[in-house]
Amino acid sequence: MRYLPHTKEDIESMLKVAGQSCLDDLFNCIPDDLKTKDSLDIPESLSEWELNAHMEELASLNIACKDYKCFIGAGSYDHYIPAIIPYLISRSEFMTAYTPYQPEVSQGTLQGIYEFQTMITELLGMDIATASHYDCGTALAEAALIALRKNKNANKIAVSSLTHPSHRQIIDTYISPAGYEIVEIPYTKEGLTDVGALGAMDDIAGIAVQSPNFFGNIEDLSSFKTVAEAKKILFIASFTEALAFGLLKNPGSFGADLVAGEGQSLGIAKSFGGPGLGLLAGTQKLMRSLPGRLIGKTKDANGDDGFVLTLATREQHIRREKASSNICSNNGLNAMTAAVYLATVGKIGIREIAQQNHDKAVYLKTSLEKAGFESVFETPFFNEFVMKAPVSFEQKRTALINDKCIFAGMRLDKFYPGLKNHYLFCATEKISKGDIDQLAKEVQE
Amino acid sequence: MNKQPGTSGLIFNEPLLWDKSREGRCAVSLPKPDVERADLEKDLIGDAPELPQLSELDVVRHYTRLSQWNFGVDSGMYPLGSCTMKYNPKTNEVQAARQGFAGAHPFAGEEFSQGALKLMYNLEQYLAKLTGFDAVTLQPAAGAHGELAGMLMIHAYHAKMGKQRSKIIIPDTAHGTNPASASLCGYDSINIKSGDNGILEPLAVAAVMDEETAGIMVTNPNTLGLFESNIKEIADIVHSKGGLVYGDGANMNAIMGIVKPGEIGVDVLHFNLHKTFSTPHGGGGPGSGPVAVGKTLEPFLPVPRIVKELDSYKLVTDFSDTMGRLHTFYGHFGVMIRAYAYILSMGGKGLTDASKLAVLNANYVKESLKGTLNLPYDYPCMHECVFNDEFQKEYHITTMDMAKRLLDYGFHPPTVYFPLVVDSAFMVEPTETESKEDIDQFISAVKAIAKEAQENPEKLKKAPHKTKVTRLDEVAAARKPCLRG
Amino acid sequence: MKEISDLNLPDDVKYTESHEWAKIFDGIVTIGLNDYAQDQLGEIVFVELPEKGDTFSKGDEFGSVESVKAVSEIYIPISGEIVEINEDLEDAPELVNESCYENGWLVKIQPDDVSQLDDLFDKTAYFDTLKG
Repeated sequence: MRYLPHTKEDIESMLKVAGQSCLDDLFNCIPDDLKTKDSLDIPESLSEWELNAHMEELASLNIACKDYKCFIGAGSYDHYIPAIIPYLISRSEFMTAYTPYQPEVSQGTLQGIYEFQTMITELLGMDIATASHYDCGTALAEAALIALRKNKNANKIAVSSLTHPSHRQIIDTYISPAGYEIVEIPYTKEGLTDVGALGAMDDIAGIAVQSPNFFGNIEDLSSFKTVAEAKKILFIASFTEALAFGLLKNPGSFGADLVAGEGQSLGIAKSFGGPGLGLLAGTQKLMRSLPGRLIGKTKDANGDDGFVLTLATREQHIRREKASSNICSNNGLNAMTAAVYLATVGKIGIREIAQQNHDKAVYLKTSLEKAGFESVFETPFFNEFVMKAPVSFEQKRTALINDKCIFAGMRLDKFYPGLKNHYLFCATEKISKGDIDQLAKEVQE
Repeated sequence: MNKQPGTSGLIFNEPLLWDKSREGRCAVSLPKPDVERADLEKDLIGDAPELPQLSELDVVRHYTRLSQWNFGVDSGMYPLGSCTMKYNPKTNEVQAARQGFAGAHPFAGEEFSQGALKLMYNLEQYLAKLTGFDAVTLQPAAGAHGELAGMLMIHAYHAKMGKQRSKIIIPDTAHGTNPASASLCGYDSINIKSGDNGILEPLAVAAVMDEETAGIMVTNPNTLGLFESNIKEIADIVHSKGGLVYGDGANMNAIMGIVKPGEIGVDVLHFNLHKTFSTPHGGGGPGSGPVAVGKTLEPFLPVPRIVKELDSYKLVTDFSDTMGRLHTFYGHFGVMIRAYAYILSMGGKGLTDASKLAVLNANYVKESLKGTLNLPYDYPCMHECVFNDEFQKEYHITTMDMAKRLLDYGFHPPTVYFPLVVDSAFMVEPTETESKEDIDQFISAVKAIAKEAQENPEKLKKAPHKTKVTRLDEVAAARKPCLRG
Repeated sequence: MKEISDLNLPDDVKYTESHEWAKIFDGIVTIGLNDYAQDQLGEIVFVELPEKGDTFSKGDEFGSVESVKAVSEIYIPISGEIVEINEDLEDAPELVNESCYENGWLVKIQPDDVSQLDDLFDKTAYFDTLKG
């Protein structure tokens, strides 16, 4: 086996030092009745070319060919990934390092993540961003827990019904064992979270609203901040499309106390939904309540600038059962990827890419309307929107995937049973006018 | 003896990104607009975020230089105890990057995602077979997330049995994530001490186990690198009071093909794919923390679950006792691909060999260094061994000083000051992919450092000398946190 | 770390087993960490204190003190209401190290029952617990 370097002579001489006569004797400290009697029922090893063949066969069973057209978002977006990003991120010094416990030989990771934290605070308009979380859903669940701990008199967290359906489920999974509850804020016929419904809700420790919401619509976050302030509770904003803030006002500008988001759009492959990038940011006031790693700037013994993991006393390895979270590994390499992406697109690029996403989405919507689809909400959106399709569409949609590798929207009735024949569409900068025209032609009634 | 790998070479200074920024630069190729500009209402639009403005070469040079300040497994031996820093095979990266995987949309639909689902199903099967369990979930995103999943299943189980419990037993050798995961379920941690020989005593467990206690969390092999040989008796005690046994599988690398935790009384076990199954740790993640369960806990697994029907695979959410959902989609699929490729490359025999050689390497280090460093628990070890600085105290040299000096010799230091049961621990996990020559170099480096501790202690106190930066002021960093530029 | 004999343990304060000190003046009790505690903790980077008006019973945890790699809870030696906290510690937690009996005090409390002070150790008795 090419990963195992030991020669027969190595094994013999090392066993001698260890005072054992054969490899099996190394396990004499394990009582016999605890050892397994059978050998492992796992196939024999594959050569690298056999592995390639097997993996390509599996990969080709997924309809995700090189030139496929993806009109689906819903938390995972088909953005262009510049060539330098995988190239730089696959440098093994980044990829094969552990968490930077020894800062003297981890300055690359540490400065890189410090820059990431900085760019995320800039993107979101917040004071502090953590070094990453698993995904938006888990980051949002952590934010909900912060709100509940800060407001010990309340037992519930109000979450918009237009927050990603999986995120609402994750929050419930995280908070219900400790006796907390999630209450959903209904939505209006404009496809927006009903801020009016909050008045009647009591016993809540925080309000969580996603914008752009799951329907793609842009929420008026300031109205939720006003309610949260009046109730003296935390306001949590979330998002699944990070590139939106290349164009839209950021959540910090609406006074969000905490922001949880998905950073997959920032140069990270869709990869069947993971690993993505959980973003979690907060105000200065909440610094010590944030879970997960934080990188800080300091000086070394010579007075030179350097970076270290800091504020570790919040974390599980020190505070154990009283820690702000149990998180240990985060999604560090994807945070680094997002940093490289943000540095690559820069101030000019992010604005232009975001604008193009919006332009294409508007053109797609208009084209679908002309093709016989019905617009459902007349509300401003970023790059996703809901359409009601003609009844015959579902069959066409399946045929389009099979025959042309075109994924034309996602059914919404799975998540919102009342929305039969409603589809969520998305357009990114990768979609050309020609792609949209082709789709419109294919689905024309 | 060969020359030690540590040296000083050409390392470049590199400022922060925004110090290189120049108005007007952009490193991305922007597509020409081909549809009409669609203007949003003005009050929805914000200012463009102040991101740095750089050329493509600026970006490439920045990250190339940063990377050169880092130490990875590909740079040299990385014997970080409890982290299993084995070689990360490069073919795994090729597999994960295949368009059919990397380009797959999570909501493409089951029908069009059969390759991904089949891979996940197969991986679940292999992990179950490796550990003697009945079912596996791949959804948890990291080891601690897997722990949380396991504890939530135990919580759901007790709820189903009609009476929730309030406590959980955690030994003093546990990872800090264990008590933190338990408290998310509302369980109070009952800490128990391991015996003089470094392993748990059944009597200590029996003394605290009662019908208010949900179960016990056991890391086996434990963080001292010792096998918990009383595990079956302990499991019987816990089960007899209606509790369940949680196995922390962070140290699975020692026992593949030797012990199947599912056969010896463990009810639920998490894996760390980024430890045992060779996926790169990426400077902090992403990891992946699958969880295996026996029949008792199977109904409580998170959803969606992958179900095979004839030759096709489905995502099923319809399990009434499920603990719920833990990840927006299905977990860290990209990490699963790498672990799956690793398992197939190794084969069943290769995995067993890996464990045997991991244990051989650790015992070889333990025996070779035990006169040089103090070894508080001198028993045959599994995949790692734990020393401390007792012998160096008379020279006022600490574990930290020796760890920092190792950097000059070209090695990543072991895990230091953990586990807490050993004062000033120095925890070495060589892993099976290190050759005898590399381990010998490491041993001779530690011996040379122990000699320096006697002869030239000042040199150690000021170490490292060859790195880009010297020791950093962590006190200043924590007193006045500067978390953004 | 200091030898026990090198510790600064003033005669005019009372001590707890958990290494706090308490001193009464004009009916108000000032509470801090003693020299042994600050020395054991090492360089203190953050002090978490309650808010003015909070009430505690003797023995309650009322905050925590952090070094880079450790957190220690602090316990109230006497029941009562917090009337003042040392706000200087927010920007300069090192005062606890530099001046634990003077500028590095933690809180002032209006005691419910002054006689609870009598249950605390005097210097000699506290010193014995350390040697214990």
